[in-house]
Amino acid sequence: MHKELHLIMGGEAGQGLDTVSGLLVKAVVRSGRHLLGAHHVMSRVRGGHNNFRLRIGSRPVQGPPDTFHLLAAMSQESVDLHKDKLKDPGIILVDAAWELPARPGMVAIPFAELASRPVFRNVALLGVIGAMLGLEASLFEEQLEEEFRAKGDKIVSSNLDVLSSSMKWAAENAPSLPLPKVDDPTKMLSMDGNQAIVLGALAAGVRFCGYYPMSPATSIAEGLVHAAVEMGVVVEQAEDEIAAANMALGAAYAGARSIVPTSGGGFALMTEAVSLAGVSETPVVFVVVQRPGPATGLATRTEQADLELVLYAGHGEFPRAILAPATLEDCFYLTHKAFDLAEKSQGPVFVLSDQYLASAPRSVAPFDLEVLAPIADPDLGDTDPENYRRYNWDNPISPRRIPGHGKSLVLADSHEHDEVGHIIEDGGIRVRMQDKRLAKMDVILSEVLPPEFSGDEEPDLLLVGWGSTCEVLREVTAGLRENGVKAACLCFTQVWPLVPETFMPRLEAAGTVVTVEGNSTAQFAGLLRKTTGFHIKDTVLRYDGRTLTAGFVMERLQPILEAL
Amino acid sequence: MIDTKTYGEFKTSWCPGCGNHDVLVSVKEALASQGILPHQFVMVSGIGQAAKIVHYLKCNGFNGLHGRALSPAQAIKLANPEMTVLVESGDGCTYGEGGNHFLAAIRRNVNITLIVHDNQIYGLTKGQSSPTTMTGHVTKNNPLGVFDQPFNPVAVAVAMRASFVARTFSGFHEHATQTIEQAMKHPGFALVDMHSPCISFNKVNTFAWYKARCKEVSHDPEDWATAMTVAQVFGEEIPIGVLFREERPSKDTQLPQCADGALYRKPVDMAAVKQRMLAYA
Ligand SMILES: Cc1ncc(C[n+]2csc(CCOP(=O)(O)OP(=O)(O)O)c2C)c(N)n1
Ligand code: SF4
Ligand SMILES: [Mg+2]
Repeated sequence: MHKELHLIMGGEAGQGLDTVSGLLVKAVVRSGRHLLGAHHVMSRVRGGHNNFRLRIGSRPVQGPPDTFHLLAAMSQESVDLHKDKLKDPGIILVDAAWELPARPGMVAIPFAELASRPVFRNVALLGVIGAMLGLEASLFEEQLEEEFRAKGDKIVSSNLDVLSSSMKWAAENAPSLPLPKVDDPTKMLSMDGNQAIVLGALAAGVRFCGYYPMSPATSIAEGLVHAAVEMGVVVEQAEDEIAAANMALGAAYAGARSIVPTSGGGFALMTEAVSLAGVSETPVVFVVVQRPGPATGLATRTEQADLELVLYAGHGEFPRAILAPATLEDCFYLTHKAFDLAEKSQGPVFVLSDQYLASAPRSVAPFDLEVLAPIADPDLGDTDPENYRRYNWDNPISPRRIPGHGKSLVLADSHEHDEVGHIIEDGGIRVRMQDKRLAKMDVILSEVLPPEFSGDEEPDLLLVGWGSTCEVLREVTAGLRENGVKAACLCFTQVWPLVPETFMPRLEAAGTVVTVEGNSTAQFAGLLRKTTGFHIKDTVLRYDGRTLTAGFVMERLQPILEAL
Repeated sequence: MIDTKTYGEFKTSWCPGCGNHDVLVSVKEALASQGILPHQFVMVSGIGQAAKIVHYLKCNGFNGLHGRALSPAQAIKLANPEMTVLVESGDGCTYGEGGNHFLAAIRRNVNITLIVHDNQIYGLTKGQSSPTTMTGHVTKNNPLGVFDQPFNPVAVAVAMRASFVARTFSGFHEHATQTIEQAMKHPGFALVDMHSPCISFNKVNTFAWYKARCKEVSHDPEDWATAMTVAQVFGEEIPIGVLFREERPSKDTQLPQCADGALYRKPVDMAAVKQRMLAYA
């Protein structure tokens, strides 16, 4: 019995990898196991080679796996591409029709017999894997019924037949690879980062979403589209990203909590609107789901290279906050928080995610909706409307009223303006207004999330990371400590603003500090140096578009560990 | 009928004699005759001389970015369907920098009114050619005369079957006011291409020039084919009036989410959020 089970499935785009992996993920989570999946997808609709990696454990699992107990090959190419990643001994599932030379651990599935038509091959594969893992047939049956109900009873029953004969075949002919036992299965959900962001936004009362499709952010807008009518959200596919962002600003001005999901290239087009949110003091949540650049880069892969873009986006100077979720829980709670922070600071707030986090399905306990603090509201009063001044500078946070709510006239302006919102050119007013806006940083600073530290108090090796790679750092740290290395990690889920007091003692107490980032220039280490003077010289950087894994980090750490 | 003084008197930075002054009076009169009080509408603009209008009358205002007036304006209407939303900006802002938004707004058909102060020049930046500057016009940045063909906003709008397409001239005061009023009353996206002379930087398309050419149309504005022909006329004669009109449901009346009024008033339904979350089990 393994403590964990690692699985990889590979095939061409269009072969149904998504369907099989989706059904398998749900069945595993419904059986009470913890899991994490990672999609490796090419930017094409047919052909090529995609793979899905799954890590299953009896306890929560962290990063994606490097080696596998089982390879399910849906195409011959998949065997060649992944056989070297198999653990010893490993199992490879292939199609008997390929007539491959036998090798240890290879299981040839007679798809031609099990699946009367090619469309049933996926369900046959699912049945074989399910039986090998010891999953109950009912875990798949209920899903197949849900999935195919709309297509009629006949389709449902054909699928169920294929499932049952495949499970039967596997029970007799395939080795068993039982899943780790769970003593006390808890009810868990399975979803990916973008789905958690959608839920976080809905829980915050999002009312408007402006977007232009771009991987890997699109599924956020699509998730909102499906909730739109029931939840009262207007989701507008704009003509371009410039419109998407400017629409969100307009909706926010009219009182609607607004979100703009995009990726680096789209966000680049939105930067003037970010600046407008700054000067007009309009609350908007931008979700930037990173993929590798420059320009079109690698459309379906992952990277953490847009930190500097988001940090400096928009001309002029104005306060902002950048949250960088590390986990599915973060995706939910930090998105919710972003709306609150945007309203409280009356400006742009960013959620900086990436393709890996966005699309990796994970098991997660239901989010606690009771603990969510209510989102700040604008000023929904209308006292003394004649004298209302939108940019009243008695306080850095001016009362933000909503046009049409009362008789107060609300003027939002992109120019430098006076307290009412009218264009000015007076240097004194300019300075006072700029100072007022910058002073809102105190509101943001008052609730900055400190980085999470875990490991030895005075470590010989301290790993520093941010966003989606944090989980891998925690895993690496735990592994190092098991092997007697005094190690720790410092994980940032808010990358701007930085409050040095919350982490400088950690950096100073450590022997060697290493930044681990999904980019080629160690952007976060650069930001730390700029804000604190602390120079992290050692780096582990991944920018081949693939997800960071513990194996990758360990390999790159070897020379550093040897020098410790 | 409200007194136009309700909208206040502001010192403007426009040149004395600029057509924008007349547009401002027409807008106030159109608002007053419909009984729309300052807090009952939002005026949205971009950047340019025309776009400054937001600062010259009492209103709820959103003075956004150059070229981007239509985007926030449509969203404001969708976020609060009870609001009257007016958009005013220049020809450069609307047809140049914001050209894509102009096309999309026609397609989207949100019930807002767009008044373009079309002076066929970039006024604020002191005299460069705009998308509507005529071929051959010698401007500051075109010493050899403009080579490019002018953009014909009304022909494009009619071709796209925009819900309401009109042209008027700020110098024909009554006509301008009435055209704005009709556009605002029209339930859908309404374009008013308002020729409003820039006396400082456009020495070709002057008050006298427009006055001699603008002629009221006489065709049935619901007749698309004729409207298409009329919309292409621009030169010795400039047809003004309602060129085309076609009523169809505006987007803000079609979205079920917009049926209960302003979105910000809707409380968060946590039970529904919970249900959606648990669907991931
Ligand atoms: C993004 C951006 N580009 C350029 C400008 C400079 N700019 C301001 S107004 C303007 C042209 C204005 O022309 P038009 O829209 O016709 O307005 P008018 O001044 O003629 O009323 C330009 C180019 C700007 N403010 N922002
Ligand atoms: S420069 Fe032209 S458009 Fe601008 S205010 Fe003067 S006359 Fe009017
Ligand atoms: Mg102009």
